[in-house]
Amino acid sequence: MSDPVESARAVLERADQLRSRLAAEFRDRRVEALYAEAERIARRVVRAQGQRARDWDAHIDRLVTSPIFGLPLMLLLIAATFWITIVGANYPSERIAALLFGLEERAVAAFQWLGAPWWLTGFLWNGVYRGLAWVVSVMLPPMAIFFPMFTILEDLGYLPRVAFNLDWLFRKAGAHGKQALTMAMGFGCNAAGVIAARIIDSPRERLIAILTNNFVPCNGRYPTLIMLATVFVAAQFPPAFASFAAAGAVVAVVLLGVAVTLAVSWTLSRTVLRGEASAFTLELPPYRRPSILRILYTSLIDRTVFVLLRAMATAAPAGALIWLLGNVHWGGQSLARHGANFLHPLGHAIGLDGVVLLAYLIAIPANEIVVPTMLMMYLGAGMMTEVSGFDEIRRVLVDQNGWTLLTAVNLMLFSLLHNPCGTTILTIWKETRSLRWTAVGALLPLGLAFLVTFAVATAVRLIG
Amino acid sequence: MNRPGPAPDCAHCPARPELAQMGIGWGRYDYLVALAGNPNTGKSSLFNALTGLKQHVGNWPGKTVTRAEGGFLYNGRRFKVVDLPGTYSLLSASPEEEVARNFLLFGRPDCTVVVADATAIERNLNLVLQILEITDKVVVCVNLIDEAKRKGLEVDVRGLARDLGVPAVATVARTKQGVSELVRTIAGVVTGQIRTQPLRPAYPPELETAIDELAPLVEQAVPGIPNARWIAYRILDGDHRIRQALLSGELAELVRAQREAPESHSRLLAIEGRQ
Repeated sequence: MSDPVESARAVLERADQLRSRLAAEFRDRRVEALYAEAERIARRVVRAQGQRARDWDAHIDRLVTSPIFGLPLMLLLIAATFWITIVGANYPSERIAALLFGLEERAVAAFQWLGAPWWLTGFLWNGVYRGLAWVVSVMLPPMAIFFPMFTILEDLGYLPRVAFNLDWLFRKAGAHGKQALTMAMGFGCNAAGVIAARIIDSPRERLIAILTNNFVPCNGRYPTLIMLATVFVAAQFPPAFASFAAAGAVVAVVLLGVAVTLAVSWTLSRTVLRGEASAFTLELPPYRRPSILRILYTSLIDRTVFVLLRAMATAAPAGALIWLLGNVHWGGQSLARHGANFLHPLGHAIGLDGVVLLAYLIAIPANEIVVPTMLMMYLGAGMMTEVSGFDEIRRVLVDQNGWTLLTAVNLMLFSLLHNPCGTTILTIWKETRSLRWTAVGALLPLGLAFLVTFAVATAVRLIG
Repeated sequence: MNRPGPAPDCAHCPARPELAQMGIGWGRYDYLVALAGNPNTGKSSLFNALTGLKQHVGNWPGKTVTRAEGGFLYNGRRFKVVDLPGTYSLLSASPEEEVARNFLLFGRPDCTVVVADATAIERNLNLVLQILEITDKVVVCVNLIDEAKRKGLEVDVRGLARDLGVPAVATVARTKQGVSELVRTIAGVVTGQIRTQPLRPAYPPELETAIDELAPLVEQAVPGIPNARWIAYRILDGDHRIRQALLSGELAELVRAQREAPESHSRLLAIEGRQ
């Protein structure tokens, strides 16, 4: 008997010769034959009596996944969701802020009456409590409106249709079509999106999905984006259009995130992670009537309360830290001033300022608290202004701290692109087990954030 | 000739005394049953209905693909059930499909139950037809017939069995409806009481000729290989995994192991995923 490896090789050689003689599309024809047979049998053995529910599904699917209406319809849905959130969140935000900060004032007065030392009052109420009050009043209303709507879309079965609509884009970028799904998950939470990348089999495409997931804004970043859009973008328009402009700005940021995701995927798949995109089957599940109780539970308990508690857990120590930074003086200036001054040249170069960068440093554990941190530093370093609602925020930022539209736009860009939060970085490491890729996952977005904001700031300043 | 077809309707019989669920902890078994099917067809529910709650759940070695096995006793015979990963086809290279395909080829189950979703027969039949290319001993389990009924769909299970040439049983795995009939049918197939004649759509003629030429070479390279024609077809198709397995001697090792200890060893290899 001949050598087994030799004869194996002979088989493959012969196979290659035989294949070259076959028609180029013999593979497809074989698969087609099987499909045709399946269709023939199915038509014979399945009988449909009345076709109510089924046709309804098919009609909707034809519309929402149509090559013409699919994408515009998707954009419309997203925009409507943001618009309702922005319009609905303004008033409750102001009420909650008024209530919570009123409470702070009374508590401070009570402490003073009791004769508590100033540093205790300041640390507890102007530090820890104010951090918590900020997070609750700025974040709770938008979340309580946005999450139920997002969950309804999810429960209806709309997200797989989104993946279907976006599949061709990702394939063109050299990435896996399922990345559209992991990206959709990323809109909820980037750490969840990174874990969801397990559904992609090819290690190359999985890595691309993991590294680029951060480019879509997560739940923690929506409140920042929505607040900035409301405070700055909306203010540039007459009141009648303000809310639409704000919603449009958030949609634009989201679209930019998707564009960056695709661009970075494209670059990765043509440089360090070269390869072909693989095919896959995507099952569109039947539309289901959303269950109200489940939606309320998922959106309010699982999401809103979870995100809020997480934000509060980081906001309380951050509030304390900010108060300390603002009240411990060294060389005639508070530590916060020192830090902000030190970071200011870098911050200015990218159209922001030192305080914003310092806020981002403090907020590394959770992106949710960037804006509250920033505001507290502005306020803590200066006078004790009473801040309630979005109008007050604008007064503090624009009138007292010299913010412009450029600052707001660049902050939105920075918020969209900058490094993933601590949890996501940890998740990337757990999923890739590679320090190198984890570093890339953290530094690539950060570098890109600096680059883009620097370019925008420079361009705007040149134009004047 | 003994045409396969569903046994008399016994969907609502009480659990039969000769049918008892078994847990794990039994290395020896009389028959090996594989459970295949598309994702979301209720395959796991059926697995639970067949084996009860005591299952062994782990991963297929070297893969992040979940594997579950369990067993049941019927007429004093021990049936071991291995739940294969849910797949839409056997032709691509995803880890799930590879696990399923290798088990069907080299695990040599005595019977393969393909679970099909009654509300999407056509799509599910694609996998059924692909499995029929590999193995004769197949029972098609048309699951979720209650949902199909709700959607106004009626599946002619008898006609399906006639068309496919293998028995088909309608079930609602969640409520165990039709499960005892399924067990009876499985027993019939493994003992040879039910003979199957699976439908195999013809290959295009020129492919047929190429396979005719290549299959003997495959048999020469790996003596005793099961289903040389299917392997030849996959090699012609350019299936990287199979080509690799042939070159590295993996295929030969599996076949050798199977010859040396026909009952247990090769199955063990396949079950442990060391294909």
